[in-house]
Amino acid sequence: MSAVTDTAFEPALSVKDLTTVFETPGGPVTAVDAVSFDVMPGEVLGLVGESGSGKSVTLRSLMRLVHAPGKVAGTVLWQGRDLLSMRERELRRVRGGKIAIIFQEPTTALNPVLTVRVQIEENLRAHTSLDGRQRRARAIELLDLVGIPAAERRLGDFPHQFSGGMKQRVMIAIALASNPRLLLADEPTTALDVTIQDQILKLILDLRDEFSMSVVFVTHDLGVVAQTCDRMAVMYAGRIVESGSVTEVFSEPHHPYTRGLLGSVPRGGAERTLLTSIEGTPPSLAAIPAGCAFHPRCDFAVERCIERRPALEAIAPGRMVACFRQADVAAEAAAT
Amino acid sequence: MTAISPAAQPRRRRIRVARLPLTFVLGGLILGISLILAVFPSIFAPYDPIAMDYNAILAPPSLSHFFGTDSFGRDVFARVIHAYTVDMQIAIFATTGPLIVGVIVGALVGYAGGLTETLFGRVVDAVISFPFLVLVIAIVAVLGPGLTNMYIAVGVIDWVFYGRLVAGEVKVQKRLDYADAGRAMGYTPARIIFRHLLPNAITPAIVYWMTDMALAILLGSSLGYLGLGAQPPAAEWGVQIADGKNFMSTAWWISVFPGVAIVVTGLGFSLFGDGLAELLRTKR
Repeated sequence: MSAVTDTAFEPALSVKDLTTVFETPGGPVTAVDAVSFDVMPGEVLGLVGESGSGKSVTLRSLMRLVHAPGKVAGTVLWQGRDLLSMRERELRRVRGGKIAIIFQEPTTALNPVLTVRVQIEENLRAHTSLDGRQRRARAIELLDLVGIPAAERRLGDFPHQFSGGMKQRVMIAIALASNPRLLLADEPTTALDVTIQDQILKLILDLRDEFSMSVVFVTHDLGVVAQTCDRMAVMYAGRIVESGSVTEVFSEPHHPYTRGLLGSVPRGGAERTLLTSIEGTPPSLAAIPAGCAFHPRCDFAVERCIERRPALEAIAPGRMVACFRQADVAAEAAAT
Repeated sequence: MTAISPAAQPRRRRIRVARLPLTFVLGGLILGISLILAVFPSIFAPYDPIAMDYNAILAPPSLSHFFGTDSFGRDVFARVIHAYTVDMQIAIFATTGPLIVGVIVGALVGYAGGLTETLFGRVVDAVISFPFLVLVIAIVAVLGPGLTNMYIAVGVIDWVFYGRLVAGEVKVQKRLDYADAGRAMGYTPARIIFRHLLPNAITPAIVYWMTDMALAILLGSSLGYLGLGAQPPAAEWGVQIADGKNFMSTAWWISVFPGVAIVVTGLGFSLFGDGLAELLRTKR
């Protein structure tokens, strides 16, 4: 246990200047632009943004899962070693063994022709030295852990025999088979209905506590962030525009985009007010506006927002924002 | 030995004959009978296939010779039955090698993509730009006639078709989330290709295999007819048709019955292949 305390202040995952560019016939498209963040041991980090903001690509880039013609640059430090420059053989040990990922759509992320048992045991075969009997026992244990009733009987079932929520549970069971230290979750509840969504979120948090994993949670749902995350980073057009603890960002957004996002979510219990929406649509990644990418949709935009791109700067310990007028935004948020 | 309640039994999907596609049942029946005839021809054939009877030359079909006799007095029925051994062997031997090689190469090529795929594409183009039969005849002509050389000739060419089918399927499958999930789980490429992608990609190749066996029988008997495949006096349908070609107007039975055998067996493979396709499709 001493190892855990020693590393408690060291980030489990440290991402620096992660940049993912897709070479297309129409020119290079930057889907992820110089993204940096740390994930502490046992922490849940939310990566928030609209569709096309680059959050899913960020997650896939971390694990080198981006398909050609995508190119990833930067560093992703995992226990002091760079995942992006690591050799395939070493990377395979980290993938699934130390870092696991679950996808948005459990229906397509499970292999349709292999039984659940085979798919769980594949992970165990790759990352543990358990023998056949132990693997089977562990598979039952895992299905039990993720809350699948009659686990032993369901081992021989194929994915299509499970409901959507159950499939996501199976996916989580496969991902957790080898006790990963970090779970990357790519909108794991988006394809599920609300009651099931809640159960899955709770399950992930319980498992986080039980195994003291770190979690990176990609989502567009601020409700999910509020419910599950410790810290959050807001992405817009491939860049992080604001980050900080969930409580701080929710109570005092410093970026107009974050403010817009929060204003578009109904809040229970509070006085009924008009929901605001962010005018316009997110820019195409092939044609990101010059200066601050958000300026065409921003109420606070001034001359220099069009001319220069604001850098992501610390405004308080653990709080970063990329906006020239962040102080005005915060002041207005406090006033309303 | 306690009684197990039905609920506690593992759920197994029972295959009921009535639920199977009709084509599958019919094709399976024809192939089953063909295989039995191929393995135990002597049980069903009333005569030795190469025994000559000069007292019954060119005898028409009768009760003692169901399909008549040929110009050497050999029993056509016995020869048609014995030919099952050779022709079913052609169907299986000529296609199984190409199936295995094609599936493995195709899976690797489809997964690798890029330059490998382009190169393979050129090989495919080169092979399919020649008519299959002409290419096989050319190779057999170089190697010399006979069944073994025919297998080699077919094997050199035929794997390309399986390769192309599987490469295309694997290329689609490798882009799906479950393939990414496999990579994200740290599985080796070999494991992802053969354990995860291939079971999803192999169906068209298996179905084509059935059609290909019918084609192999056609090819085998064509080569037999041309004198490049099985050699006389061996009983083989193509050889038999060639034997009868000079007697078409006087003794039609020498060529027609082996021809019918080719059609029926070919139909069996085709029906079975169609049924199998349907069966594998609905299982998903």
